[in-house]
Amino acid sequence: MSDEVVVKLNVNGRDHKVLVEPRKLLSDVLREDLHLTGTHVGCEHGACGACTVMVDGAAVRACLLFAVQVDGSKVVTVEGVTPTDGTLNPFQQAMQDCHGLQCGFCTPGFVVSMTSYLDDNPNPTDDDLKIALSGNLCRCTGYRGIINAARTAAGLPVPANAADGSDH
Amino acid sequence: MASTISAGRYVGQAVKRLEDPRLLSGHGRYVDDVQLPGMLHVAFVRSNVARGTIVSIDTSAALALPGVRAIYTGADLNPRVGMFWHTMMGPPPELGGQTPYAPLTPLAGGDVRFVGDPIVLIIAENRYIAEDAADLVEVEIDVQQAIVGWETAIDTDQRVHPGTTTNVGQEFPLPEGPEVDALFAGAPHVFTRRFSQCRATNVPMEPRGIIVHYDQYVGDLQIWAATQSVSEWKATSSRLTGVPEHRVKVVANDVGGGFGQKMMMTRDEAAVVMAAHLFGEAPIKWTEDRRESLMAANQGREEIIDVTFAVTDEGVLLGAKVFFWEDIGAYPASAGSTAGMAGAVFPGPYKFPVVLPGGSSVYTNTVGKAAYRGPWMMETVAREQMMDHIAYELGIDPIEIRRRNVIHADDLPYTTCTTMVYESVTPSETLEQALEMLDVAAFRTMQADARAEGRLLGLGVAIYIEPSAVAFGILSSDQAIMRMDNSGKVIVAMSTGNHGQSLETTIPQIVAEHLGCNIEDVLLVQGNTESSPTGPGTGGSRSAVVAGGAAMTAALKMKDKIVQIAAHMLEASPDDMEVTAGVVSVKGTPAKALPFAMIAPIAYQMPEMLPPGMEMGLEVTARFQPAGQYTWSNATHVCTVEIDPETGMTKILRYIVSEDCGRMVNPMVVEGQIAGGVVQGIGGVLFENMIYDEDGNPLATTFLDYLIPTAPEVPDIEVGHIVTLAPGQTGFKGMGEGGAIAAPPCLANAIHDALRHLGVHPTAFPLGPSQLLTMMNEAKQA
Repeated sequence: MSDEVVVKLNVNGRDHKVLVEPRKLLSDVLREDLHLTGTHVGCEHGACGACTVMVDGAAVRACLLFAVQVDGSKVVTVEGVTPTDGTLNPFQQAMQDCHGLQCGFCTPGFVVSMTSYLDDNPNPTDDDLKIALSGNLCRCTGYRGIINAARTAAGLPVPANAADGSDH
Repeated sequence: MASTISAGRYVGQAVKRLEDPRLLSGHGRYVDDVQLPGMLHVAFVRSNVARGTIVSIDTSAALALPGVRAIYTGADLNPRVGMFWHTMMGPPPELGGQTPYAPLTPLAGGDVRFVGDPIVLIIAENRYIAEDAADLVEVEIDVQQAIVGWETAIDTDQRVHPGTTTNVGQEFPLPEGPEVDALFAGAPHVFTRRFSQCRATNVPMEPRGIIVHYDQYVGDLQIWAATQSVSEWKATSSRLTGVPEHRVKVVANDVGGGFGQKMMMTRDEAAVVMAAHLFGEAPIKWTEDRRESLMAANQGREEIIDVTFAVTDEGVLLGAKVFFWEDIGAYPASAGSTAGMAGAVFPGPYKFPVVLPGGSSVYTNTVGKAAYRGPWMMETVAREQMMDHIAYELGIDPIEIRRRNVIHADDLPYTTCTTMVYESVTPSETLEQALEMLDVAAFRTMQADARAEGRLLGLGVAIYIEPSAVAFGILSSDQAIMRMDNSGKVIVAMSTGNHGQSLETTIPQIVAEHLGCNIEDVLLVQGNTESSPTGPGTGGSRSAVVAGGAAMTAALKMKDKIVQIAAHMLEASPDDMEVTAGVVSVKGTPAKALPFAMIAPIAYQMPEMLPPGMEMGLEVTARFQPAGQYTWSNATHVCTVEIDPETGMTKILRYIVSEDCGRMVNPMVVEGQIAGGVVQGIGGVLFENMIYDEDGNPLATTFLDYLIPTAPEVPDIEVGHIVTLAPGQTGFKGMGEGGAIAAPPCLANAIHDALRHLGVHPTAFPLGPSQLLTMMNEAKQA
């Protein structure tokens, strides 16, 4: 139980070496050992998607992986998909513009999932987007703002009947 | 759809949320993100049976596990409890109050009363060890037959709470009404139906969580929590532990949703508070996992509603009797029942000459009932479905029967038969706007064409009037403590408990609008009992109305003082001044102007330059009480559906809301609240069903069993706005809950319309594919 192992990870471009139990979840290592608390744990059974991160370019659920399983991998979290100059990436910006978040707890999972999806699928249809969003649960927004944000980031039309955010 | 009231510079504008960059980039700070030096972790041992006597608890193996620091049972914690009641609900009868609480103890005492009942609390160095230790605790329980279902609970001589005389929590008998009985006896038509809602649960995406540290040397109890109300939790924790209230500090940073579940401190959280107070050595953290959340966090909605309506041949309402049966589980949050409120608002948007309401809430061996977004909404669920059932019985269109009974502008002010007073509501106007947005005639044509092909399309309507910002007891007011610092920037501290409502943006919008400054110069401080005033937190669709009113009042007071200082400096009359974008100037003479950044230092540092007799500094407070006990908002929902005759699956074609929440602070946020509520309502009809087997085992303890809506299942939600100002100075009406109130009957009515020609007349949720197929098959065989 207490036999700890060394796990090497490159997280958001930075190399880390952590000493953890083999049973420790990647989500817990990111949050507790690396203090990257943007990766949220909403269900711990792979259903809600709040903990989504990219491992070697693929969006995965950090609560379904042991850190030791991704030893040597490149991990990108929500902190890592955010530009470092104080701006937001196109999907993040669309989320703000379209009111795609309320309490914000599920938001990092949506941001990582859709950033990854839109990188891989630059020309989705409206139905493609909804299917792509279906792996993440949100309880606040009713998905209205999130779907519109995905449409905006993908260059698809947004229904006219939606109050869009404006800058002040 | 445009509103009829022009927007200000900020109020009425779809201002982008100030909190979003933090939350979008993973830099929110939720309770589980907080890591403190030396912090230990909590896990619970919970009952795996619904009812039984605890024979023995053996913690020896768990205590021997390296890394385990303490283990507490009910025998350790329960006797140390001072009092366990909630400020919002008042004390229990034995302490001079009137609220009939369930017998609350943090941990199970001699018996267990539902699956998930917390029995043992473990403190360990990390959560993995704490959960290992939980597995090593041996609890022997003498299992008894669970009391499941409200009818069983009423019929049995067994008690959910041993030693009590009844399983009824609260009872509101149907009033005697011989003249009503006579009215019903002589009415042209009397119809009776029983409607029911299945159990649903709030499902905040962030489960419950709390960190507690009792510093025995300082005497302070410090709490970080996922709560909607830090004031409520401060007072509750003080009563639990005996630590004086001014030595209890509660902080809620970002909170990941609540929908009512995080308003009152529950037994699990109380157990962590009591354990930390006893343990003393280090902060302890409990983060609920999803299985615990679905098994042991309070749930909502399990209700049966019996309604009888008397109507004329034309469908004009003559009167109603309604009785609410509520399954409130073993340990409901607060006292569980909302029948009193549901009865009072049952008339809703219609001109009922008389309504007799009654209700009975019943304890069962299941998880306790929570307040869940519109906790009293069973009245709208029953009334709006009943309108359609009556319409079909009489051969009248459901839209037409509503038009014959709905309150019109020329009826206002209108006092309902239950003595509720409406001054500015628009049920008729929202009904017509929503129907126009749909184009009913075009839909009816499409429906008829589709039916000719064997396809099943339906149209549903629901109208409601929402009692927002209910103002009694601690809910009666909110305060803003506002200060402008030396550089002219503004901090406003409030008792709100933002957990998704966008208050970090909307409160600064209100302040900037009425103070006359830029929004980026205003900061809302909340969720911290050391800086925020006492108040009830955020819930009950109250924050725009009551907190917004306080913010507006404080801003106007601050503006008044600033204008007086500037007028004195500029040797002008205060009446001749105007304030724009943080600059006070003489009207028509823009050169004679002073920015806030020059006025503020005068207030703090140059008393000789202030108007004679003026107090130094720029700090104001305002406590706001809304004009009435209720601030009424309203809406009409209209939706269309298509049901697959092969699978029973319902697809929502269009979903339309026309609403009137008065003067909108931020229409984008208003629409966001509507969409979120509507989809929760859709979930409660089509997907969500928290079921128990006959032994009281919960059968939906993962997200693979308890299904909440996902993106592909939701329609584009179209929103129209009608704006009539609320009585009083702000014009704001609350609207946070309404989406979830009207959506269930609206959707049920659409399903009913799609299937009624087959002889299917649904009255019970859920209406998922299997239920619809079953009803269609039964109708075919009948």
